[in-house]
Amino acid sequence: MTATVVRAEGVRKNFGDVEVLRGIDLRVAQGEVLCLIGPSGSGKSTFLRCVNHLERVDAGRLYVRDRLVGYEERGGRIHELSDKAVAQQRRGIGMVFQRFNLFPHMTALQNVMEAPVRVAGERKEVARRRALGLLTRVGLADKCDSYPSQLSGGQQQRVAIARALAMEPELMLFDEPTSALDPELVGEVLDVMRALARDGMTMIVVTHEMGFAREVCDSLAFMDGGVVVESGPPEAVIGSPRHERTQAFVRKVR
Amino acid sequence: MSGHSPRYVTEVRKQDGAGPEQPADRGVPIQAVPLRHPGRWCASAVLVFLVVFLVQGWATNPRMQWGVVAEYLFAPAVLDGLRTTALLTVLAMAIGVVGGVVLAILRMSSNPLLAALSGFYIWVFRGTPLLVQLLFWYFLSAVVPTVGLGIPWGPTFVEADTNQLITQMTAAVLGLGLHEAAYMAEIVRAGIASVDDGQTEAAHALGMTRRQTMRRIVLPQAMRVIIPPTGNQAVSMLKTTSLVFAIAVPELLTSVQGIYSRNFAQIPLLTVACVWYLVATTVLTLAQRYLERAFRKESSS
Repeated sequence: MTATVVRAEGVRKNFGDVEVLRGIDLRVAQGEVLCLIGPSGSGKSTFLRCVNHLERVDAGRLYVRDRLVGYEERGGRIHELSDKAVAQQRRGIGMVFQRFNLFPHMTALQNVMEAPVRVAGERKEVARRRALGLLTRVGLADKCDSYPSQLSGGQQQRVAIARALAMEPELMLFDEPTSALDPELVGEVLDVMRALARDGMTMIVVTHEMGFAREVCDSLAFMDGGVVVESGPPEAVIGSPRHERTQAFVRKVR
Repeated sequence: MSGHSPRYVTEVRKQDGAGPEQPADRGVPIQAVPLRHPGRWCASAVLVFLVVFLVQGWATNPRMQWGVVAEYLFAPAVLDGLRTTALLTVLAMAIGVVGGVVLAILRMSSNPLLAALSGFYIWVFRGTPLLVQLLFWYFLSAVVPTVGLGIPWGPTFVEADTNQLITQMTAAVLGLGLHEAAYMAEIVRAGIASVDDGQTEAAHALGMTRRQTMRRIVLPQAMRVIIPPTGNQAVSMLKTTSLVFAIAVPELLTSVQGIYSRNFAQIPLLTVACVWYLVATTVLTLAQRYLERAFRKESSS
């Protein structure tokens, strides 16, 4: 039995009167790749953002490595964590955004070095060497000194992956990483993610790429209306969905 | 039928203007007769005449005493005044920028009390005339004779006479700087708001604290939006420092005024002041242009 990295128990989230998450139960084991699929507005991105506390959970429990995310349970009560403690928790969780969100005033190399130097206090030469290694790993060794505006969308997203990996996370979150890309650039990003999965990285991927989901992920969860409608091995969920809503969704995206 | 269609085609080609009949039209630049603008010419002539007339009258007017202008342009008192003006500008802008950043961050705080306090400050300092504020600081000792450091309602450890603490110079720097901070706050806030939320999220996701995110990620990007209006504020501040002549700080205008109160050459000496103000604002404008270019290069090359 492998260790559990992420454990969600009845996670709920409201934006004002709108219930975006209505009780999510999910588990992600070490080295597992979980894909979240579902129509837009189903809450999959919101759930992902709860995992590193970019959104606060309103009810239920969400654990990463048996530590409550964004909160602390002490003396039978739940306490909010300080800004510093939250930042500390996020170090171990890498995130890749739909719109890349690279820092435009820094080169690719500086983007990757920023967190190791500023957050982990790594020496600049060490961070530079590692950053070079990471950029080589995503196939961008020759783009070190380029600014994000000089890179294509696919290259930017690969830098963003390298940037997240620089903190040596034990969990990677991908929020529709290929949705903002031109179709011909999707492949290069998926290749990098495929390689990461092969290397045993624990990943949660919100995606519309059914081919990728079917091929790479170990388990798949279909979300709709703020709940997990159906989950299981990808071939089961995509191949022979049991639930009516899943069937309708799979029919449309295939 | 067959006799009709070729003519039809030719007609269409003629409409396109690229028919085979006029192949010479392609690539040859158009030699058009330019449109005349007689109204513009008349207006220009009248304005040039007026300018020449006025400048000539001004330059040749013996009462302008150009000799006096030349005599005082580099007079030690005037140069001292210029130095004080420059110092006031730098100090007031420094207080303004730092205060503006602090006020802007407070204004955007999620704590309603902090946000309200910042809003109150901006309301007061933008809502009252600068000249009144300067006089206020200058006469502060009338209501607060001593300033001390100690425990409120308890013992005082250090105490100083307000008149000695707030000299004319400090009153001027405080007055100009605190007023400027209120304006800078709005400029900085607009700059911070211009940075995409995704930047903050990305920085947070990497484990950066709020303070690190602000300092390393948000503010550097906000600078591109903040710098141009700040340059304008600096130029404006340089000229606004002349207001402190009301509290007798020996800056450029006060020095010049001191001289013409003795020799009664008001216009020549005010001309001296204008020359130096123009020189200084020109230098500032050039510096601003350089800074803007540097920041544009850094963020979007």
